[in-house]
Amino acid sequence: MAEYKRPETPQEYQRNFPPKKPLMNTSEAYYESARCLYCYDAPCMDACPTHIDIPLFIKQINTGNVKGAAATIYDSNWLGNACGKVCPTEQLCEGSCVYTEQDMKPLQIGRLQNFATEAVMQAKTNLFKPGPDNGRRVAIVGAGPAGIACACELRVLGYSVEIFEAKALPTGLTVYGTAPYKITNEEALRENEYLQQQLGYTVHYNHPIQNAAQFAELEKQFDAVFLGLGLGATAQLNIPGEELPGVVGAVEFVEELRMKQHAFQVPERVVVIGGGNTAVDAASESARMGAQSVHLVYRRTKADMGAYDFEYATALAAGVQGVFEASPLRIEGENKASGVTFSRPDGSEFHLPADLVIKGTGQAKQGALLAHLPNISTDAKGRVVVDAAHQTTRPGYFAAGDMVNGGAEVVNAAYEGKLAAQGIHQWIQNKNT
Amino acid sequence: MSNIDLSINFAGIKAPNPFWLASAPPTNTGYQIMKAFEAGWGGAVWKTLGVPVQNVSSRYGSINYRDTRMAGLNNIELITDRPLADNLREIEEVKKYFPNHAVIASLMVESKKEWFQIVKDVENAGADGIELNFGCPHGMCERGMGSAVGQEPEVLNTIVQWVMEAATVPVITKLTPNISDITDPALAAVRGGTSALSLINTIKSIVGIDLDTYAPYPVVDGKGTNGGYCGPAVKPIALHMLKELAGHPEIRNTPISGIGGIETWRDVVEFILLGATSVQVCTAVMHYGFGIVREMEAGLRQFMSDKGYSTIYDFAGKAVPNVVEWKNLNLHYKVVASINADKCIGCQLCHIACDDGAHQAIALPTNGSRVPEIIDENCVGCNLCSLVCPVEECITMERRDDGSQTESWAERTMAGKVPEHFNDPRGGGVGHFVPEPSAALQYKRKDRSGRK
Repeated sequence: MAEYKRPETPQEYQRNFPPKKPLMNTSEAYYESARCLYCYDAPCMDACPTHIDIPLFIKQINTGNVKGAAATIYDSNWLGNACGKVCPTEQLCEGSCVYTEQDMKPLQIGRLQNFATEAVMQAKTNLFKPGPDNGRRVAIVGAGPAGIACACELRVLGYSVEIFEAKALPTGLTVYGTAPYKITNEEALRENEYLQQQLGYTVHYNHPIQNAAQFAELEKQFDAVFLGLGLGATAQLNIPGEELPGVVGAVEFVEELRMKQHAFQVPERVVVIGGGNTAVDAASESARMGAQSVHLVYRRTKADMGAYDFEYATALAAGVQGVFEASPLRIEGENKASGVTFSRPDGSEFHLPADLVIKGTGQAKQGALLAHLPNISTDAKGRVVVDAAHQTTRPGYFAAGDMVNGGAEVVNAAYEGKLAAQGIHQWIQNKNT
Repeated sequence: MSNIDLSINFAGIKAPNPFWLASAPPTNTGYQIMKAFEAGWGGAVWKTLGVPVQNVSSRYGSINYRDTRMAGLNNIELITDRPLADNLREIEEVKKYFPNHAVIASLMVESKKEWFQIVKDVENAGADGIELNFGCPHGMCERGMGSAVGQEPEVLNTIVQWVMEAATVPVITKLTPNISDITDPALAAVRGGTSALSLINTIKSIVGIDLDTYAPYPVVDGKGTNGGYCGPAVKPIALHMLKELAGHPEIRNTPISGIGGIETWRDVVEFILLGATSVQVCTAVMHYGFGIVREMEAGLRQFMSDKGYSTIYDFAGKAVPNVVEWKNLNLHYKVVASINADKCIGCQLCHIACDDGAHQAIALPTNGSRVPEIIDENCVGCNLCSLVCPVEECITMERRDDGSQTESWAERTMAGKVPEHFNDPRGGGVGHFVPEPSAALQYKRKDRSGRK
């Protein structure tokens, strides 16, 4: 019996995806912030990939300087609101809170971060202003977290910035690839709007940069190019039946769900192949969209799963069944997928019927695109190689985010995008001296 | 615990227990006082009766410390603004219902004639005792009463004599802490013949400023005035003044009612240990209601049971002999901090408190853990680390001397052994480790934007 009824209205959709980190009210923020010990050299700051001065912003919330708290957050992280919501805080800041050393509840850092950043966004408080125009222009390819962070930082440094985005919406996987209970579409888009209004970068939507001629044009018009394209489509399993209708990639599945919301139809029986966070998310979401049975099948053991424990627990709570040590052999079906046959380590086989097969097998790298850009080296895993300043092996081209780190969190992309902006600034300054 | 008797006889005023309500808003009406007696309070000092007054709107302001509301409370309310006749009638009614509880009338008037009259009035109404309000530090003092009297020992002495002449019930003189030496007014009261003392009244204060209107709290139409400060924050001041009286040869035989920030059984026990034989409470009731007495009573009974006491007189004043002058402290006593690594959560507040705020005796770990390390030879045993540590019983102060030697500054002075110059090895700080000033330069303030 499924835990969730198929949502048919926006309200039912919201009910099935209640926010994991709901907005705190002022009293909750006050009492929660009072718990912060203001540790010396606080471990939460080190655990945050952007090194936000967490004790400071929490103290600022507690003393009624909420605007200052938001400024502290944005000082380190241009996507402070999104990160407060979508970060795996259990693994990062909150996971390192010293309270956990005595099995006490850590500070709810993510929710406090939301409280502060939400307050300035709702009040439309001006926190940022672009630096004096230095006459230089930078093109950013991809309006994901890395691109937006890079754009914001460059604007503060006085650059004109144009972002070229292949899709219709900004923020990349924040809006297209995150579980809906972490952040809503509106929330994801609002932060970009807030930043863009104050910092004034341009975004060209539905404007993919995908061939050599386009890159050549960018090189002509701009002083530097930043690549923040993320990863590609879901990688192939290379098993029979993969091309059947009813077989989708997890990334594509989540994207369709997020765009169609309650209008998205998830069939009765779902099999998800994979053990990473995206696979677990897709399984979790299938269950919350009313699927009667959802199997998450992973080829190795539970302990080997790439997904965070708390994400898997969330999926289990939604009614997902985990199956371990089973590798997909083939996807069956005539005109449409009807099931998957798996093999056990002992050589035995079993079959799971499915109306929908979701491949959570990771995203492919951007190899095809990079072929248009000679001299951009990638490593053995297909990741773009950059130096400390985030410059690629092709001078004037900088890169950050998933295409460089191989696929990490929004917060990693946000940090790297900012570092890349500082790298671009350094490079342009050096070039001119 | 059945053999514990909490009843008291305070300078002739009998009460079923030492928990009294201080003269304040909670004792404004017979209704409140009877409700308090039902809740378990043993006595109440009626909100001060006296001359006609007019109160203002917006009367209290508070200090909130982090998530703690009303760590300190400040008020600008005056004495009762209810007609004297109403109060007298209610005193009479309360005494009818609660003949064995203590009802004490707090009084504040000006002339001898007025004092004589009001003393007779409250005695006729059935008050078990009188408390003289010589403490109120706001409003009434501007009219020559309250703390204006408490700050003038001679005037205080005269009024006490007037009241003693008129009164047949015991008289408690309530003192203001807004004075440099509390024993001056206390002696004046004792010499005037007062039956007992009570302290402290509120401390003259400004509790905060409104950052938009620039007016002090509580704000009255854009302005404010100094108020009287009370609540948990003032307890240390009260305890000190209590000890000053309880340890004074000419005052210590006069019963003292302790007032000032009492909220828990621990506070009650501390006041009794320093010589109080009744306690008066206001702020805790204004915060939590009369029911707060349940915790005080249960805790006091538990303490007495654990220690084997039957009445509060068994331990009243027991801490007084242990409060000595600095010069009589043992200079050979030596404690050093010790961190329990199993309990340490790695907040490193002890390190930074010691390094920035004390004696540079706690090093950061070099082994990859976050448990700081005590540098024994630098530790002066100041306690600071154990005070800032957020974990129960994680940092303890371990005794290092063997207890065989005791020597105080006073004894050294007598023996001619005090250091004579700064390099005298008999001095304290000689050879004590301090880092070079330039060692501070390694600590750069981090810029988290990464831009600079």
